[in-house]
Amino acid sequence: MTGAPAKGGFSKIGGDSLNLSGFLQHLVNAVSLGGIYALIAIGYTMVYGILRLINFAHGDVFTYGIYFAFYGVVLFLMPWWIAFVFSIFLTAFLGAFIERIAYRPLRNAPRISALITAIGVSFFLQNFAVVVFGGRAKSFNPQTGIYPTSFLNMINIGNVRIPILTFITIGIVFVALILLMWIVYRTKIGMAMRAISKDIPTTRLMGVNADRVISFTFMLGSGLAAIGGILWAMKYPQVYPYTGMIPGLKAFIAAVVGGIGSIQGAMVGGFILGISEIMIVAFVPSLAGYRDAFAYAILLFVLLVKPTGILGVEVSEKV
Amino acid sequence: MEKTLPNNLKFFLTIVLIFLIGILLFLANNKASEYVILILNLMAINIIFSVSLTLINGITGIFSLGHAGFIAIGAYVSTLLTLSVSQKEMTFLIKPLIYPLNQIQLPFLPATLIAGLVAAGFGYIVAAPSLRLIGDYLAIATLGLGETIRIIANNAWSITNGALGLKAIPPYTNIYWSWGWAFVTVLVISSLVKSSYGRALKAIREDPIAAKAMGINVFSHQVVSFVLGSLFAGVGGALWAHLITTIDPKSFAFSKTFEILIMAVLGGLGSISGAIIGASIYTVGLEFLRVLESPFKIGFISFPGIPGMRMVVLSVLLIVLMLFWQRGIMGRKELSWDSVYALVAKRLKKRGGNDE
Repeated sequence: MTGAPAKGGFSKIGGDSLNLSGFLQHLVNAVSLGGIYALIAIGYTMVYGILRLINFAHGDVFTYGIYFAFYGVVLFLMPWWIAFVFSIFLTAFLGAFIERIAYRPLRNAPRISALITAIGVSFFLQNFAVVVFGGRAKSFNPQTGIYPTSFLNMINIGNVRIPILTFITIGIVFVALILLMWIVYRTKIGMAMRAISKDIPTTRLMGVNADRVISFTFMLGSGLAAIGGILWAMKYPQVYPYTGMIPGLKAFIAAVVGGIGSIQGAMVGGFILGISEIMIVAFVPSLAGYRDAFAYAILLFVLLVKPTGILGVEVSEKV
Repeated sequence: MEKTLPNNLKFFLTIVLIFLIGILLFLANNKASEYVILILNLMAINIIFSVSLTLINGITGIFSLGHAGFIAIGAYVSTLLTLSVSQKEMTFLIKPLIYPLNQIQLPFLPATLIAGLVAAGFGYIVAAPSLRLIGDYLAIATLGLGETIRIIANNAWSITNGALGLKAIPPYTNIYWSWGWAFVTVLVISSLVKSSYGRALKAIREDPIAAKAMGINVFSHQVVSFVLGSLFAGVGGALWAHLITTIDPKSFAFSKTFEILIMAVLGGLGSISGAIIGASIYTVGLEFLRVLESPFKIGFISFPGIPGMRMVVLSVLLIVLMLFWQRGIMGRKELSWDSVYALVAKRLKKRGGNDE
C-alpha cells in the first residue's frame, strides 16, 4: 500500500534526476507534500503538547475533511469554494466533538487508557466511513466538477512544467501556517493554549476555562487537517475510508521528528519528511515500493539520536 | 478471612480441568461441524496472541503496537518451510524464490518452531533500539517497526511473493495443534509470571526507576519479556497461516494488532486468565455479530445486512469499555482455584444465611 497512485497533475520524471529542471520539479513537488504533512502534524503536536495524548484519530479526521468537501459538492451541490470552507468548519467541529465524547471523560485516567481509546476512535471513524460512505474509492477529480479544471493548467518555468495546483497548495499551506502562528502567539486564546500546555491546574487558577481552550485546540488542529486533506485529495485524486491512515501516521512521525509538542517542530518535521520521501524516490527509483518505510527509518534514527526530536525540549524524568 | 485450598488439591483440580477441556475438544473434533471446529481453532490461536501481548503490554508495561509484525514473520517463515517445492514454483511467478528456501520442505512441527524462533530473533533485534524509548515513543516506534515488516513483505518479491501473498498452504492446523500450542503458551508464560522473574517484570511495570533502584536489570528483563512474547506471536502466526491457508501482507496490517489489543483489554490488561477469557469472548462474539451483516427482521421492518457493521460495533465496544470499564473483566487479578473457592464459599454462606 503506497498511499495513492502518484498522478493528479504532477507529471512524473523518471530516473534522469540529476539535471536541474528535473530537480526543480521534484523540489516543488516535495515542498507541497511536506507542507501537507506539516498541516496534519500540527494537529498531532498541539494535542500532544496539551494532553500528552497521541490522537490516533487525527488521520481519520483528515479523511472526513475530504469526505465533507466531496459530498458538499456532489450531494449538496455547493460551489466548490463554499463546500471547501464548509468542510473545514465541519471537520473542526468533528474534532471538538470527538474530544468531548471520548477524551474528556478520560482526562484523569492513566495515559494508556486514553491511548487505547484514541485507537478505538480511529477504528470507529474508519469503519463508520465504510458503512456510511461505502468502501469503494470516490474520485476527487476536477473532471467530475469537484474543483475547476484550470487548477491543472501548466506553468512553464524555463523547460520545467509545473501545474498551478502545486503553487496553490504551497501558497495555502504558508497562509495557513502564518495564520496559525498568529493565533497561537498573538491572540488571547493562543496565550491560553500555550499556558495550558505548560500547566493545566495553574492556568485554571488564572481564570481560564481549560475545557474550552482544549476544545478550541482540537478545532484548530482538525480544521488544519481538513485543509491538508482537501489539498491531499487534489494531489492524489481519490478518497476512501482508509485514506488518512498513511498520511496520518507519517504526519505523526513528522511531529515526533520535529519534537512533539512544538509547533515549529511539526513544520520542520513535515517538510523534512515530505522532501526526503520525494527526493529518495526521485534519486533511487528502485526504492519506490519502500517509500512508506522511509518515514519509519527517519523516525527510528531521530528517536535514537535525539529522543525528544529536533526542536523538542529535554524533560528530565521525575521520580 | 481468606481461605485457601491445599496445594496438591489445586494441582489435582487443574489436571482435572485440563483433562475435561481435552475431552470436550476431542468430542468437538469428532462430532462438531467444520464451522465450529474452525471457531475453536481461531479461539486457541487468539488465546496465544492475546496471552503473548499481555506478557509484553500488561505484565511488563511495554506498550508495544508491533504484534502484527511478529505474527507476519511467523506466518511467512512457517509457510515458506511447509509449502511443497512444486507449489513454490507455481506460486512465485514474478520472481523465483531465493535459493535455500526453494529446495526444502519441512513437517509442520519444526516449521512452527523455526517460525517462532525467527520471530523471537526479530524481537531481539527490534527490542534493543526501541526499548531505549519510553511510553508513547515506544508505542509509535513499535507500530512503525510492525508496519515496516509489512511493507518489506509487500516488496520483497523473491521471499514473500509480494502483494500477491502465498496461497494453497497445507491446512495442517487442527484442534490438537492449536490447543496444544495454546496450552504451552499459557503454561510457559504463567510460570514465568509466577517466578521471581515475573515479579521483577511487574515491578518494572509499576515503576521502572524504583525497580532499578531495587537492583533489577530493567533492560534485560524487558528484552526477555519482549522476545518471549514475539516467539509465541510467531508460533501463533504459523498456526494461523496453516488454518486460513492463504496469507498476504494486508492480513498483517495494524488492524490485526488492534484486534489483539481489544481481546487483552477486554479481559483486563495485566491478567493472563483475563487474556484467555477476553480472546474466547472476542472470537465467539465476533461470530455472533455476523447477524448484523446479514439481513434480519424486527417485527414488520426488515433490515438489509450492512457490510462492515461488525467492525463499527467492535470499535464502539472498545471505546465504551475504555470509558466505563477500564479494568476489563479480570483487571490485574488472576483467576485461581482460591478465588473460585472464595466465590463459591461466599455464595453458600449467603444461602445458608437465608435459610436460617
